[in-house]
Amino acid sequence: MRPRAFPVFAPVAEHGLLVEFGETVDRAVNDQVIALDAAISSSPFEGFLEAVPAYASLLIRFDPLIADHRLVEAHARGLLGGRAAARAETLREVPVCYDSDLAPDLAAVAEAAGLTEEEVVNAHLAGRYDVFMYGFAPGYAYLAGVPERLRLPRKPSPVRGVAAGSVLIAGPQCLVTTLIMPTGWWIIGRSPARILTGSEEHPFLFDVGDKVAFRRIDRAAYHAEVRA
Amino acid sequence: MSDAVLSVESAGPHVSIQDGGRVGFMRYGVPRSGPLDRRSMAAANLALGNPAGAPVIEVSASGVSVECLSGAVTFAVAGGGFIVEHAGSRRGSWSVATLKSGEKLAIRPGLWGSWCYLAFAGALQSPRWLGSAATHAASGLGGGALAAGRRLTIAGAERREGREGAIACPIGARPRHEARVTLGPQQRFFSPEAIEDFLGGVWEMTDAWDRMGVRLSGPAIAPHAALDMPSEPVPRGAVQVAGDGVAALLLADHQTTGGYPKIATVLDCDLDALVQLRPRDPLRFVLVSPEEAIAAARAAAQCERSYRQAIAARI
Repeated sequence: MRPRAFPVFAPVAEHGLLVEFGETVDRAVNDQVIALDAAISSSPFEGFLEAVPAYASLLIRFDPLIADHRLVEAHARGLLGGRAAARAETLREVPVCYDSDLAPDLAAVAEAAGLTEEEVVNAHLAGRYDVFMYGFAPGYAYLAGVPERLRLPRKPSPVRGVAAGSVLIAGPQCLVTTLIMPTGWWIIGRSPARILTGSEEHPFLFDVGDKVAFRRIDRAAYHAEVRA
Repeated sequence: MSDAVLSVESAGPHVSIQDGGRVGFMRYGVPRSGPLDRRSMAAANLALGNPAGAPVIEVSASGVSVECLSGAVTFAVAGGGFIVEHAGSRRGSWSVATLKSGEKLAIRPGLWGSWCYLAFAGALQSPRWLGSAATHAASGLGGGALAAGRRLTIAGAERREGREGAIACPIGARPRHEARVTLGPQQRFFSPEAIEDFLGGVWEMTDAWDRMGVRLSGPAIAPHAALDMPSEPVPRGAVQVAGDGVAALLLADHQTTGGYPKIATVLDCDLDALVQLRPRDPLRFVLVSPEEAIAAARAAAQCERSYRQAIAARI
């Protein structure tokens, strides 16, 4: 494949325009996604429906009765010319209990990384995480920023019935699950945090672009927060 | 005005409460959900004088049966060619009648179609999530699936005998064997020959379907490049191809992002009729330009508007 000159604007059926900024999972590329996302939401065009950020691309969805691909592309190009919006620096703290029955893969991760379990926990806690995107299922926020020494390829086959609230890692990514789902990622803890908050005003804990820090809690605190 | 209470006697898989869906949450991993065949759902509601997106029961080819425990309510069934058995009579979908206390209503698959919609003259009570009763099947969030024993309450149930009779079945509600697509947006992962096979070949719907999507069987069109792209946003209608060359069409409960390349995207205005196909029905893809896609959407919306006005006005 020929290298492509970014940004690339690709029409999607009669209702979408995909704007691609690169082909890698990379903070600088994701910053451009978030900047355009923010710019469109603060100056939308007529017929704008929603924008969907991913690692390296933004899908702009529109009403085909009002707008068309050409108009949306011109609008997006106009916004790219502007000053890049500063990335939101909201910090969300997420509590995690690393007790072994809630962290069935902690021992395997430690072994693969050549660390003790305690060192894995400390490395995970030391990571600086950014919410790059949501995907897969409701509330599945992809947090990039797993420290180099904990980056493992996903398991060869997924495990079924993994509990909601599981803290998973694979490669540079970490996520806290919201539903009981199969996963091939490594389960290293359990969080009582409610990512589907149940609040009408702010139904999801994170926004794309937020920073996330994990905080260790013990079993008693975990149970107390689950019950809260 | 009072309530009508129904009891679900039996419900097959994929029978759930749906409404117009939740819009604007794709950025949080949440697809719109709502009916697979939005036009037929709107027809059922409008034929009763309801808003087009009011909560209804989406019935799959596995069917459903309910008993009215108390009250009386006029109901409409639209979508597909299902069989509607009610109080000793037998009709097809695209009809309106009144269900009374002690009567049973059973909906079974008929000559054609995969989905129909059961709407009531009144407000079907349902749990909601993010402002919508639409069931997101994988999580069960929203109104939820129907199962034997579930009670359904229709608040403010009304008898609207003036609306009883047939609903016109629009031509656009028939199963569609030709789906218009725009190319990509990840066509770069496919050779020109694979794209030619995709567009020139005859595809078939398969038994592997749910509200998230349907697997298609057809020509082998495996991506020729390494699948190293970061996950990208995925809309309803995307045709994604896994590394082994298996193509799948994504539907109402689609994943919002995915790492498999999308060879093409089916126009949204063709999806409602497409989902009425059954397993092993043939399907072809027809390439259109983005400009043609916009024109097709506008023409389809114009047709739909006239149809809706006609059935909503019928008293």
